[in-house]
Amino acid sequence: MNPQAFKPQKRVFIIGQASVVGQQERMGPIGDAFDISEKDDFGMDTWEKAEAEMQRLALGCAMSKAGLREGDIDCMLAGDLINQCISSNFGLLDYNIPYLGLYGACSTCAEGMLLGSLLCGGGTGVTRCAAVTSSHYCSAERQFRFPLEYGGQRTPTAQWTVTGSGAFLLSSIPEDAFRNTGAFIPEIVECMPGCAVDRGISDVNNMGAAMAPSAVNTLKRYFESGHSPEEFDWIVTGDLGSEGSAILIDLMHAEGYNIQRNHRDCGKIIYNSEATDKHAGGSGCGCSAVVMAANILTNIMKGTVRDILFLGTGALMNPMSLNQKQSIPGIAHLVKITAAEKSEIEVGQ
Amino acid sequence: MNEDKQNYKRYAEGRAKKSPLLKDCIAAFLSGGAICAGAEGLKTLYSSLGMDKTDAGTMVSCTLIFLTALLTGLGIFDRIAKHAGAGTLVPITGFANAVSSCAVDAKTEGFILGVGAKIFTIAGPVIVYGISAGVVYGVIYWCAAYV
Repeated sequence: MNPQAFKPQKRVFIIGQASVVGQQERMGPIGDAFDISEKDDFGMDTWEKAEAEMQRLALGCAMSKAGLREGDIDCMLAGDLINQCISSNFGLLDYNIPYLGLYGACSTCAEGMLLGSLLCGGGTGVTRCAAVTSSHYCSAERQFRFPLEYGGQRTPTAQWTVTGSGAFLLSSIPEDAFRNTGAFIPEIVECMPGCAVDRGISDVNNMGAAMAPSAVNTLKRYFESGHSPEEFDWIVTGDLGSEGSAILIDLMHAEGYNIQRNHRDCGKIIYNSEATDKHAGGSGCGCSAVVMAANILTNIMKGTVRDILFLGTGALMNPMSLNQKQSIPGIAHLVKITAAEKSEIEVGQ
Repeated sequence: MNEDKQNYKRYAEGRAKKSPLLKDCIAAFLSGGAICAGAEGLKTLYSSLGMDKTDAGTMVSCTLIFLTALLTGLGIFDRIAKHAGAGTLVPITGFANAVSSCAVDAKTEGFILGVGAKIFTIAGPVIVYGISAGVVYGVIYWCAAYV
């Protein structure tokens, strides 16, 4: 297997990002950092429409922050958890932008960034891309678990699907970097698609354990390509939660890598799990998307952190495969993001 | 399943925090007991209103089903069940919630393909195998009585 990471040929910058969340996320530790928060129904009569509305709001907000209109964007890459990705299909219907639908389960945020950076930076003629994703607690709960009003108990390793949507605008036009108002500009310099890894976990209430081995697989391949954990301020995983994060650190340690110091997990950041009964933390496409947009990237823009690895983690199953006794494969896509200094961006290159 | 998968599964299951069984059992005992005690109170009430034993029992079931459906519709039942666990699941309240929550959930998909088709998603197996077991028991009973 080729251990090399893919590198965009041109420099690709994240020139705008936006986060839209529901009430539980708004009340969390980073609640003030989100761009838009509304009641969980977002004024719609179904949860699925509410999720679609979040994507519409997220992309609109990111575009207005970057000062771009729909005609300025060459392509949008979007996906979600609901059957046939209807939240993306319907939510982005208003935008007259070429649309490529993605399914990467909860890794969709990283998958969108990864493909977007390769498209923008690949000399293909595509220069600006949007990567959008979302999840909604109520629509996911209906599709993957039980009706919302069903009275049941959750196990301590269960995670809570984040109600949120994140949108990211990527561009390989150097001048565009200055549309980002941060002191530093987040730049996607490398990426590595994940391999699906199935280690036999079939407990839908322990997704962290199902996904952690895929994160190990991707991280190990990346480090074997000539990197070490010490190079990075943060190694950010998408939604392993407290259980999956502990397993990741444990398994990486067994592989000879210590990531305890710089590991962060979006699923652990978004909620005050103990106080609000979120058990092992947040999950869903929206989890990594909103935490990346509102917290991780803003830290890069401020210069608090310079180099990060972002691993979007996903569980590749559906209720039918679970009923048919298939175990849950996980996947983890890696995106390396660094803080570019405005002074060293060559305009007109 | 190969050895690697089995080892990992054992490791993951071994380290996963377990549900607080004793606490859950006590909560289920108290809440389930309270529901049953309340039901006994209702039965006494209905009997005192002149109903015979069978009618009073039927009315108790109807009352519990009605209250559960009402609390499910108001979004209160799942908050109680989160703490009560088996205490609300095992009595007739659990069955009523399984049916009514599906109905509430499927409402947006219409009354035929939504509510009508999906109302027994959770309770369906109980009905199918409950009736099937009843038929088997009936045949055995008939054989025992007449053969």
